[in-house]
Amino acid sequence: MSVDLKIVENKQMIAPPKTSASLWDWVRNNLFNNWYNTILTFVAGFIIIGIAYNVLSWVLFEAQWTVITNNYRLFMVGRYPLSELWRIWSLLTIVSFMFGLCSGSFKGTILRLSGILAGIYLIHLLAPFTASSSKVWLAVQLAGLVIGFLIALKLPYNKRIAIIGWVITIPLVFFFIHGFGILPEVRTTFWNGLLLTVLLAGVAIILSFPLGVLLALGRTSKLPAIKYFCIGYIELIRAVPLITIFLMAQVLIPLFLPTGLTIDNLLRVMLGATLFTAAYAAENVRGGLQSIPNGQYEAAKAIGLNPFQTTFFIVLPQALRAIIPTIVGQSISMFKDTSLVAIVGLLDLLGIAQSVKSNPEFLGRHMEVYIYIAFVYWVIAYSMSYSSRRIEKSLGVGER
Amino acid sequence: MKKKMKLLTLLLWVTLIGSVFLVACAEDEDTTSEPNAASGEETQTPEPDEGDTLAAILDRGYVIVGGNNQLPGFGYVNSDGDYEGFDVDFARVVAAALFDDPDALEIRPLSAQERFTALQTGEVDVLIRNTTWTLDRDVALGTNFTPTTFYDGQGIMVRADSGITSLEELEGARIGVETGTTTESNLADQFRKYGITYEQVLFDDSDAVVEAYESGNIDAWTTDKSGLVSRQATMASPDDHSILTESLSKEPLGPTVRHGDDQWFDIVKWATLATIEAEELGITSENYEEFLDSEDPVVRRFVGLEGELGQMLGIDDTFAINVIKHVGNYQEIYDRNLGPDTIFNLGRGLNDLYTNGGILYSPPFR
Repeated sequence: MSVDLKIVENKQMIAPPKTSASLWDWVRNNLFNNWYNTILTFVAGFIIIGIAYNVLSWVLFEAQWTVITNNYRLFMVGRYPLSELWRIWSLLTIVSFMFGLCSGSFKGTILRLSGILAGIYLIHLLAPFTASSSKVWLAVQLAGLVIGFLIALKLPYNKRIAIIGWVITIPLVFFFIHGFGILPEVRTTFWNGLLLTVLLAGVAIILSFPLGVLLALGRTSKLPAIKYFCIGYIELIRAVPLITIFLMAQVLIPLFLPTGLTIDNLLRVMLGATLFTAAYAAENVRGGLQSIPNGQYEAAKAIGLNPFQTTFFIVLPQALRAIIPTIVGQSISMFKDTSLVAIVGLLDLLGIAQSVKSNPEFLGRHMEVYIYIAFVYWVIAYSMSYSSRRIEKSLGVGER
Repeated sequence: MKKKMKLLTLLLWVTLIGSVFLVACAEDEDTTSEPNAASGEETQTPEPDEGDTLAAILDRGYVIVGGNNQLPGFGYVNSDGDYEGFDVDFARVVAAALFDDPDALEIRPLSAQERFTALQTGEVDVLIRNTTWTLDRDVALGTNFTPTTFYDGQGIMVRADSGITSLEELEGARIGVETGTTTESNLADQFRKYGITYEQVLFDDSDAVVEAYESGNIDAWTTDKSGLVSRQATMASPDDHSILTESLSKEPLGPTVRHGDDQWFDIVKWATLATIEAEELGITSENYEEFLDSEDPVVRRFVGLEGELGQMLGIDDTFAINVIKHVGNYQEIYDRNLGPDTIFNLGRGLNDLYTNGGILYSPPFR
């Protein structure tokens, strides 16, 4: 008996038994290994095939996707004037170029993201319904990606240049979309569709981060005034649903303003989204701050750093590194939450979808519309979560 | 000594962070802090002075209209990205009367909750968003309703094979209705009046109601009759459904302005009436040129040759004919959006001239 065991153990030491059997073996071992599993397999199989058949036959034969293809521009940029559309395309070209530049400099995650982006461009380039002028622009986008990538490979200090490039790009975005008197002004009511969704999410995510860091530092401050203000702010905002903040921004704030003074409704919503996200970002950052062991503070003190230096050169860099996955997770949820603005009358991706499905020409085609925008949300949110997972891995955050 | 220095640095640092933070906050919060300083004693809904609205609009160069962006036939975005619909056409009527240009407008899509706030605060100049004229809204909300552009009424749709032809026969039926609308309370009111028991099934989206009705989960569903008709047109087999002739409510829908500026109220009122008057006079966007040298004094006053009617309102004398030239008369607007050539094919019914059995009637232009 004991001899047998030893032999078995020896064999395992030499070569572990093959676990990856052929497909047929896997099926037999997992799906049909006894009578009740066999029954379960058949029942589940029939249900899955039934659903898949219905879904596929609907998607391929019953659904009328012309509601998407005919309104494609609306979904993307909404009512943005046709004559000014070149601005959005140029803007996208700059962004594509920056993506190319970054993927050449940093490789890794951003390179994969650029790959996804290139895939999206390519699909639209090959799609039969794309207008020929858009196809030219899409080709320009692909060229921008590749050129950016190639330039970054040749460039010294490319990482620094890439970061500076992004900083320059952000004000450019608003310049191109709005015009600010240099280009013809496009009022904010014309910023719709995916453009508005991305813009809203981008503004909220980018602005809320520094605000969140300040709030988190304020919460750990020793000055009671700052400390309690920050605690009060964070707890108040976190106790209120986002939709309430949007409704307040749209309905209440105008009532409080003096006659004649109106603040653009998009600006009000952007402020609301930023202030809301900042409170959550603050708690994330605070979590990061607390994860820094006391030894770090003591070591910083021991080498003679003052509290300012300790915070900005020792604590924050480590704390922020630790919370990157959380921040990305929060960004994803913010991106999806922007769809709530459709309730307060802004035509974001969801809002424009509701307008499109009300067009008498496409009445009753709401399923197609909702499925399409769900797909768009999924592609973007999944790209974000995918990159977060990769960043997490490369930083070794979860493995320390 | 060293300890004091450290304490001082700490204090300095905290103040620095604090002030940066406060500046950041102040920037974000000046939306809420400014009004306290400026508004002083003002009431919650400051009313405009006579003439303010028109001056502001002329100065701006376009009129801002609160609209609906998701009501088939009344307000939606077409594939070119332009707003279209019955309500949108009346927004164009106002723009044409003011600027001789129907596109000098901005449609601000508003949800049902925020529409009155947007009007009260002056964010929109006029609200044309399928809004029912009620005493409560007219008085308590500080709004003025201009003439009704569309007389609607709540109706009920049932399956034709159910044999139901009147409200009484709906005893015990499952009836679908959208939540948070006046239709919900109208349904309860009417059925209580007749003593009919029914089961109310609530949905928060009109698509969901129709889906449930078509799949047979509910026996009937209710909304405004124009909505019922528009939905029937897109059902799998429209002939299998019928709409009861009885109406559960009166729903007069029309443009709305805020209290306090009678001049602006008059302008919207008479621009709207011009479409009805033009239909009665037989003036359309196609034949309007024939009327420009008419001898008929009624027509001459309408097109602005006599009477200086526009000047009394503070706008161009040709405002009425500008409306017809650019947007068309009431019949053209109706036919374009709801008439026989559209999928709705909605009969005029009450929305016909008084001479044809409807109740549309324009006071004289003189």
